[in-house]
Amino acid sequence: MAADAQNPLNLIPPASPTDRAVRPGQQVSVERPLIDIQDLWVSLEGHPVLRRIRLQVPRGQTLAIIGESGCGKTVLLKTLIALIRPSRGKVYFDGLDLHRLSEKELTRQRRRFGFVFQQAALFDSMNVYQNVAFPLRQHTEKSEEEIRQIVLARLAEVGLSPKILNKMPSELSGGMRKRVGLARALVLEPEVILYDEPTTGLDPIMSDVINELILQTRKRHPVTSIIVTHDMRTAQKTADRVVMLYPLSRLQPHEPQILYDGPPDQIEQSPDERVREFVRGEAEQRLQEIRSGLSEE
Amino acid sequence: MTASANSSVIRSRRNSTWVESIGQYLADWIADLGAIIVGGLTELGSFSVFCLRTCRWLMFRLPKWETMIPNFYQIGVMSLPVIALTGTFIGMVMAVQSYTQFRMLNLETRLGAVINMALVRELGPVLAATMLAGRVGSAMAAQLGTMRITEQIDALAVLGTNPIHYLVVPRFWACFVLIPMLTLVADFMGMLGGGFYSIYLLGIDFHHYVQNSREFVGLFDLFAGVLKSCFFGAAIALIACHRGFHCQAGAEGVGRAATTAFVASFVTILLLDLILGIILEAINVALWPQTPKIL
Repeated sequence: MAADAQNPLNLIPPASPTDRAVRPGQQVSVERPLIDIQDLWVSLEGHPVLRRIRLQVPRGQTLAIIGESGCGKTVLLKTLIALIRPSRGKVYFDGLDLHRLSEKELTRQRRRFGFVFQQAALFDSMNVYQNVAFPLRQHTEKSEEEIRQIVLARLAEVGLSPKILNKMPSELSGGMRKRVGLARALVLEPEVILYDEPTTGLDPIMSDVINELILQTRKRHPVTSIIVTHDMRTAQKTADRVVMLYPLSRLQPHEPQILYDGPPDQIEQSPDERVREFVRGEAEQRLQEIRSGLSEE
Repeated sequence: MTASANSSVIRSRRNSTWVESIGQYLADWIADLGAIIVGGLTELGSFSVFCLRTCRWLMFRLPKWETMIPNFYQIGVMSLPVIALTGTFIGMVMAVQSYTQFRMLNLETRLGAVINMALVRELGPVLAATMLAGRVGSAMAAQLGTMRITEQIDALAVLGTNPIHYLVVPRFWACFVLIPMLTLVADFMGMLGGGFYSIYLLGIDFHHYVQNSREFVGLFDLFAGVLKSCFFGAAIALIACHRGFHCQAGAEGVGRAATTAFVASFVTILLLDLILGIILEAINVALWPQTPKIL
């Protein structure tokens, strides 16, 4: 409470002078991470999903969060943008504690994010044009002609032709829906793009197209990206850094939930057997568990 | 001696088992009751928070007209035929049901007063609200529920648009503003239906039918019915939107959201009808102590 009184704007505490060795008179730029997750605990309907998560994402980095299904990757992504409330801990975005902002201020801060949903989450009562134009119509004073130009440019960036403008989401393939979702996420030129399983449910060719689009997006726009995936090809192709989460149900109470945090090209040399198994796609331990379960029955 | 000791041990064991099972049954019953109470309170708390958040957005600013108009059209215009038809038939049914009893008392000329009073004060508002809850409330809960489970509501939030402001506020205004008009339509069509059946098919004198109606049905009755309908409209919108926003995953979740939206709305309409009926009657008596009684 005392700390809250000293910090009424929910700003991240400044780095202490003892954090770095600084010579008197030397000017230092203490660059704080764009996203700073501190001691995050999340439970859904009474079941713990995330425990003691600490993670910093510097501006401009592309981070891939990997892990098997049910380990809490998507929950972490949604907590990061305050769609899910943590039971403990803080999420700072550019120094602001997102979970303590007013509804109005949170809504404003969310415009700095773009979110590509697993199933694209296109508004099914609107056509492709209306979906991509939606954020511009809601939050800008641009004329309809300007909006049209921006929508066409964004769709071209993701490799979609103007022929699909009048199509409804139900008429699009999975890959097209994801690309329209990406175009919509990019339309307000966000500082951070969050991808939730961008290649799940797509064929290998379309998965590679999406991976390429993620890379191209990063080249065209100076964004920070967080990609939640269990596809190692996506992680290795697109990310600067990989973090691997492990399901809480399979961890001892003292073990950290993040098993790996480092560059993608060194993940296969991780000292943790569980990380190497995941990267190689080896399920021997799980198969043994299933076999022993069946034999017990 | 040993045999009797053994039998007493067995009997005491039986008794303790019986007591244990009763105790277990009671404990289970108390636990179930507790879970129901906690669940109900949690639901009430969630609904209250939802209503407060909606009220806050209602006060801030109106949504854009392009968001409002489709809701007004869907809720108002599209409900008009079914409400007019139901109103007409309920007026006729009232005439059919009341005629025999009133004829036995030689009071059939008072039929107009009874039909029109019942329509204006009770049947019109309740019927319009029930039809709206069935036609619009369930559809709203299903639509918002589908949006919830396909992450479209989350998509709105991350695109910097408040889902309550964009989805709930226009639906609330549409229900709140249009239900009084739909109620008036139901009243009017019910009066026409009841009048047509009474005068042309039952042969009641036109002059007496109209005269009795004018004598007993006042402006306050019309006002009371319309006022009640505003509360019904607000309740339908809030309950249906809340159900949709808190929909569980899957087709079953959407179905349940639609069903519970209607059931909860209907029960709330009846409860509000009783409470508002008592309050309005007290006001009526306080303002006009010499209010004429029909019989």
